Amino acid sequence: MAKEAVDTQGMNYLESLPRRVVTLYAPLGTFLFVLLFPFYWMLMTSFKANEELLSQAHNPFWLVHPTLDHFKQLLFHTPYPEWMWNTVIVSLVSTFGSLAASVFAAYAIERLRFRGSKQLGLGIFLAYLVPPSILFIPLSAIVFKLGIYDTRWALILTYPTFLIPFSTWLLMGYFRTIPFELEECAIIDGATRWQILVKIILPLAVPGLISAGIFAFTLSWNEFIYALTFVSSSEVKTVSVGLVTELTEGDVYHWGALMAGALLGSLPVAVMYSFFVQYYVSGMTGAVKE
Amino acid sequence: MLPAAVLLLVFLTYPLGLGVWLGFTDAKIGRTGEWVGLENFAFLFGDSVARLSVFNTFFYTVVASVLKFVLGLWLALLLNRNLPFKAILRAVVLLPFIVPTTLSAIAFWWMYDSQFSVISWALVRMGLIDRYIDFLGEPWLARFSTIAANIWRGMPFVAICLLSGLQTISPSLYEAAALDGATPWQRFRHVTLPLLTPIIAVVMTFSVLFTFADFQLIYVLTRGGPLNSTHLMATLSFQRAIPGGALGEGAALATSMIPFLLAAILFSYFGLQRRQWQQGGRD
Repeated sequence: MAKEAVDTQGMNYLESLPRRVVTLYAPLGTFLFVLLFPFYWMLMTSFKANEELLSQAHNPFWLVHPTLDHFKQLLFHTPYPEWMWNTVIVSLVSTFGSLAASVFAAYAIERLRFRGSKQLGLGIFLAYLVPPSILFIPLSAIVFKLGIYDTRWALILTYPTFLIPFSTWLLMGYFRTIPFELEECAIIDGATRWQILVKIILPLAVPGLISAGIFAFTLSWNEFIYALTFVSSSEVKTVSVGLVTELTEGDVYHWGALMAGALLGSLPVAVMYSFFVQYYVSGMTGAVKE
Repeated sequence: MLPAAVLLLVFLTYPLGLGVWLGFTDAKIGRTGEWVGLENFAFLFGDSVARLSVFNTFFYTVVASVLKFVLGLWLALLLNRNLPFKAILRAVVLLPFIVPTTLSAIAFWWMYDSQFSVISWALVRMGLIDRYIDFLGEPWLARFSTIAANIWRGMPFVAICLLSGLQTISPSLYEAAALDGATPWQRFRHVTLPLLTPIIAVVMTFSVLFTFADFQLIYVLTRGGPLNSTHLMATLSFQRAIPGGALGEGAALATSMIPFLLAAILFSYFGLQRRQWQQGGRD
């Protein structure tokens, strides 16, 4: 983002240090503490032995005897690895599928001039705003009718309903920044539409594709309501649904294992996010600015 | 390439239409329903739990959105200052938004536990309270606890989006205002806010929509309890339709969310237009 280069510190010298501490560092520190505390807490809990977890006497903020028991229990005595595998497959397949469809849709809306393309663009935007909590009931009726209830396909086929609008919209914004002249040159040189798309537009749109891909992957990884509704047997559950529905049955909650599961389930998105922060943020803020 | 776009639209509008239609039938799971007109809506209107869920949804949305906006704007203003480790700070701030909501909600659930809550522990040790708080056990407490978790998750999104808006405001405007004798508050009120309004409108529409239709957080934290006091329209429609089997009733409840969502979109859309016109008119 070139705008970041703009100097925003012009008047800082007017402020004294104590004032800066009170108006800037103290509130910022509080914000960070609150925002990060749940993660710290997850981490602490997942390494803590049960006796320590369930006693009010210990200082809960620190670890005395770290243990890997919860991870062992989670990985070897629950279907957690299976859930993880499902989540990976479902997220990857639906992300790539949606991305492919979105490229065509976005290119068509942006560059093929046809009547109503503007309205279609707006429609895509509105479709993104339709929350899954309205769609899950009719979609479950469709899923039943198609006979794919309780299979991975139920999720792979329904996730695009929120992935496609979003990535199309993101890519539309990106395609718009690619100069028209490039395509005109290609047409003069005798390129077909397909060649233009594959050889000119897509290579130039790689950053946009990465943003859209990361977003789509995170969205499908984090999806909950469809996965909760369309799937019921343990073998096809995703991480978030499995953790919430299977590890919390009964009166005894395995807090340690739960937290370990939550931690491991968050890791892939967090790692991916940390590698592509710039893409993620520019994708998000770009989408909002449109 | 055109078929792709058309297919997409059909693929999306069909479920929506089907959802609305289901709302007017008495469909159950595994059985297509008969048209029953407004019966579902009439039933829901007379149902005190459904009415309570509407109230809860509004309360939840309004309180959470207002706080998310205020805190998010504050955080954005802080992050926009000259700071060491700017990039890392921004990346870290967004973490709660990235992590799957369900999984962070589990962490909140544990933090709100009635016996082992770390929050209670700390407050007791500080001598502020003498009994552990049952965060999710009492209606109003549960409402505020879920709202707090929602704010925790949504605020970073608001903050980072507003921050990107703040970065587009030229510092020379502030310098000019300062030279004219504007106080920091006046600079904020008359320079920052007007220039930020368009992006505020969009970000808050998003925030309101997703808070209004929230499901995951409530489902994990309370499943609508205690005494249905945290049921939102989304969680109640899930409960009626899937475990309860009454697809039609759930669909009717979900359908009744649509007018509110539309109102929110239109509100921000026209809010946005008005601003642009004002800015154009002023020049």
